[in-house]
Amino acid sequence: MNGIIEAQGLRKNFGMLVAVDGISFSVRKGEIFGFLGPNGAGKTTTMKMIACVSPRTSGVLSVFGMDPDENPAEIKQHLGVVPQETNLDPDFTCFGNLFTYSGYFDIPTHSAQKKSDELLEFVQLQEKRNVKVEKLSGGMKRRLILARALVNNPDLLILDEPTIGLDPQARHLIWEKLKTLQAQGNTIVLTTHYLDEAARLCDRLVIMDKGKILVKGAPADLVKKYVGEEIVEVEKSAEVLFCLAAHNIPHEVTGDTVQIATGSSREIAKILLDSCQPKKMLTRLATLEDVFLKLTGRTLRD
Amino acid sequence: MSHLFSLPPVSRRTWKVWHRNLVVFVRTWHVNFFPPLVEALLYLFAIGMGIGSYVKEIDGIPYINFIAPAILAIAVMNSAFFECTYGSYVRMYYQKSFDAMIATPLSIEDVIAGEILWGATRSVIYVIIMLPVLAAFGVISFPSALLAVPLAFLGGLMFAGIAMCFTAITPGIDTLNYPSFLFITPMALFSGTFFPLTLLPVGLQYFALAILPLTHLVAIMRMFTLPAFSLTILLHLAWIMAATAIFCIVAINLMRKRLIV
Repeated sequence: MNGIIEAQGLRKNFGMLVAVDGISFSVRKGEIFGFLGPNGAGKTTTMKMIACVSPRTSGVLSVFGMDPDENPAEIKQHLGVVPQETNLDPDFTCFGNLFTYSGYFDIPTHSAQKKSDELLEFVQLQEKRNVKVEKLSGGMKRRLILARALVNNPDLLILDEPTIGLDPQARHLIWEKLKTLQAQGNTIVLTTHYLDEAARLCDRLVIMDKGKILVKGAPADLVKKYVGEEIVEVEKSAEVLFCLAAHNIPHEVTGDTVQIATGSSREIAKILLDSCQPKKMLTRLATLEDVFLKLTGRTLRD
Repeated sequence: MSHLFSLPPVSRRTWKVWHRNLVVFVRTWHVNFFPPLVEALLYLFAIGMGIGSYVKEIDGIPYINFIAPAILAIAVMNSAFFECTYGSYVRMYYQKSFDAMIATPLSIEDVIAGEILWGATRSVIYVIIMLPVLAAFGVISFPSALLAVPLAFLGGLMFAGIAMCFTAITPGIDTLNYPSFLFITPMALFSGTFFPLTLLPVGLQYFALAILPLTHLVAIMRMFTLPAFSLTILLHLAWIMAATAIFCIVAINLMRKRLIV
């Protein structure tokens, strides 16, 4: 038990519904740890249990070596939370939001003012310092929420879909800031639907579905282990399917495409070209998205 | 059921929530200071002078002096009640402010207690603004009328607690109209406010004394502003304090049940 967060058999029921079904994981100091999974997988519920705002049903959970049921205020003093829903205070300006929030952490007025201005600069909102939050764009609001999560110099940042609904520029800015924070020694736990985001940011991650952890590990290792190194995609046709079966090559059909995961796309491509008369074909590197879809299926969740 | 009446753990951080609401209130003071002034004047002119010119006096008291404490008591009720129903509901549901606050060392108990304290504070502010208006018309007596200020806090706490219970169980903001029109409005009329309780049938008098919190607040307020003290003040105070304690505790526990899942 020496991680920043330790969970064993962590479970959360809402009435009859099992939202989190006995998961175990450990988050180490200084890493970016990701929770991936389709909607309803239990990611947000897990975040809420870590953030001490939703009591667990059973299992062991410790954050900074403390129990969220026993010492919520002490844990939350060192936590920064970026919620999925924007809950900035519409009665205040950008600066006012950060300054008021600092007050909840008992930060003295002078340092709170200084820190609030520093953070506005950090998320590049200093020009909006005295603007009411309702006048901000979606991306600006997310950046301000990130700044708000940092007013207390947290040791652990919990981000629930930090870049949801943002344009590419805003996403890149947030990624850059998160990397900076990690370099400063912060531990970061995040959930995301964006697999490129997870692959880029996370040192380690888990993929959850239906309240359970399916796999855990470093993104590159997971790709290698569950999919392979490369993917060959061929347009679906009777000849191709027959040919693949004849050569005993494992493949997956999705819509109009046949996907073949392989360690060597060259070999597969050669076989296809030589004997299967493929119409369209491309080869690419395997990604986390392939792992995700392989493990959680292609059915829509909600 | 028993957990509804258990004493919730509230820390001194609750004042942070109170302070946040105060800051917003002070910043928008121009919209907040006007209504109590206007309200006091409206009641004085419409009921005090209008009806008062027919009803010269009640039990030897000039009619306008009779209703002056009721104007204060109704203001105490309305300001705390509406702050902790519509105001708190908006902050809870639409602004998600409570979610943001409980991500900090504040607990949900701190947040709700802070909202209730703030509701009571609004009642105090309302009364403080109204007192000079009533004094200018010479319808209340000093210095005893100054006791209306601490009483406003106690009465405000009671109505804030009651309001927060409704907020904790309301399915949506529209259903808050029910307690407003079925509870608050009738209470403002039938609690010994604009005519003495003794004019009601005996059964209703007992009903008002047993069930309607405003009855007790008006009774004490009237003792302060006339002034006309009597020992029954102890009974009224005891009723209000008991109701305040019960409603505030239940409100916090109900809110916890609603928000912490």
